Amino acid sequence: MTAAAPLPAGGDPLATFDCRQAFADELVRLARSDARVVAVCNDSVGSSNLTSFKKEFPERLFNVGIAEQNMVGVSAGLANGGLRPFVCAAAPFLSGRATEQIKADIAYSQVPVILCGLSPGVAYGALGPTHHSIEDLSWMRAISDLDVVVPCDPDETREVMRSALASGRPTYMRVGRIKVPAIDQGDSTFRVGRFRLVRPGGDVALIATGTMVSRALEAAILLEAHGIAARVLNAVSVQPIDEEAILAAARETRGIVTIEEAIVRGGLGAAVAEIVVQRQPVAMRLMGLTGFAPTGSAEFLLSHFGLTAAGIAERARELVG
Amino acid sequence: MAARWQSSAARRHEDSAAARAIALAGMAREIRVRIVQTIRTAGMGHVGGDLSVTDILATLYGAVLNVDPLDPVKPDRDRLILSKGHCAAALYTTLASCGFFDPASLATFMAPLSPLNGHPNRRKVPGVETNTGPLGHGLPVAVGCASASRLSGGAWRTFAILGDGELQEGSNWEAAMYAGHAKLDRLTAIIDRNGLQQGAGTEETNELEPLAAKWAAFGWNVLELDGHDHQALLLALAAEPSDRPRVIIARTIKGKGVSFMENRVEWHHKVPSEEQTQRALRELEAVA
Repeated sequence: MTAAAPLPAGGDPLATFDCRQAFADELVRLARSDARVVAVCNDSVGSSNLTSFKKEFPERLFNVGIAEQNMVGVSAGLANGGLRPFVCAAAPFLSGRATEQIKADIAYSQVPVILCGLSPGVAYGALGPTHHSIEDLSWMRAISDLDVVVPCDPDETREVMRSALASGRPTYMRVGRIKVPAIDQGDSTFRVGRFRLVRPGGDVALIATGTMVSRALEAAILLEAHGIAARVLNAVSVQPIDEEAILAAARETRGIVTIEEAIVRGGLGAAVAEIVVQRQPVAMRLMGLTGFAPTGSAEFLLSHFGLTAAGIAERARELVG
Repeated sequence: MAARWQSSAARRHEDSAAARAIALAGMAREIRVRIVQTIRTAGMGHVGGDLSVTDILATLYGAVLNVDPLDPVKPDRDRLILSKGHCAAALYTTLASCGFFDPASLATFMAPLSPLNGHPNRRKVPGVETNTGPLGHGLPVAVGCASASRLSGGAWRTFAILGDGELQEGSNWEAAMYAGHAKLDRLTAIIDRNGLQQGAGTEETNELEPLAAKWAAFGWNVLELDGHDHQALLLALAAEPSDRPRVIIARTIKGKGVSFMENRVEWHHKVPSEEQTQRALRELEAVA
């Protein structure tokens, strides 16, 4: 392996957007228009791109240091005091270290806190599994009354932030670090509990979330060459899940492939399977990470686990080809 | 001249505190009676810690907190967070005594579908600020409340009642460190220092002492007092804030007021028999 190694198959030369910048810009915009908006972080002013927020709203940034349990508890107290905190922290430590605070202080207490897990999945690459956040979707989805959303590109990241602020519902959102292209989602708008159709098709359904949406779209193009029409659904709302879209996919296609930058146990794939096996059984394949990752860059790891356009197309062909 | 005036004012303040302490003693007696009755009816609860924290709760709700039972979520209310959420019965009986809800509903404590869960739920019980139960959660939330108060110009004070055993949870020290750093002067933590946790004494389990020195080292003003002395509690809790957060280490007796429960570790969550209940009520009602 050398630094000059070519992009693995499926790597997209147009993939140039990092959702964190859109997140940081939108947070400043929201803070300008809504005095309740505050940011809470764990020594992550730099890694959460909060420098401009800090410059413009120094008194509205609460940096509690490297202390995630306190960070989430503090955000619950800020919300109790009438504020609308965005908690900005690396996804593995936010979702793992403070799970009980997220459960009791945020979700069970039903306070309007938006938990923003930055650099989720395998974004931290060779830093290794301690820094990968592949369990967050499973852990967060198990918590009742907590919305779990995974935007697929910068525009959707902004949409999700505005929606969560307006709804006041406890929310866990992923903010991707791995570069992605802008996804054309037509006239549709983000709504909690709804998937977004990004490509119609009747042979197989590719239900993907976050960084995997663009790869599923590329896979659909590869499948088209084999005469397979793939429907691509952007599963931006992992909880609540879009039962209607899942049932339609199960009825109208010959199989469903779920694709997520997360462990395959308990996340998006499991959520879809829970609906499918009980209401409209159809063959499925669950794609994602299958265990702790070996050493490697994010792009290497996605390729290693088959999370590329070619890998997705191959699994879809196995299923319905 | 000025000093003399202050001294006179301080004396009047203390006289007034003495008078209010008598009323608080009556309120605390009523709360203790209701705690024992509530736990007896439910057949469940944490009577030992309920009775140790009673005087702290009575003083706060009876004479310190700016709260309104008719408008329990008014924005500028003082915040009280009971971190030791397992002592929900003490909080519920206090809230009921203050008019937040009908005391008759105490009979439903922990009954199926009752709003009065074994640990408090803010969505079901007026006056509850945050859902506690897992230990080590209250102080971080209180730090957030105090931070919000500061941002809004110091509109309210924040109080958190912590058990002593729960200080073994690391999250408390994360919060203590940050509150000291941020000099959250409108934040008061009160430690119900009864010396016992579920299974044994705090010092034989995982020692907390020197407790005052630990808080002082984290940048807090520390005050130690008798947690059953209403006048001392009143003077301490109603005092004006200084330049940093403050902690009151309230020395208490677990099971306070019932002779056979006092300082007995097994009464952490034992439920009294009918005979024990009657004896406990006689002892509590006989208190002057």
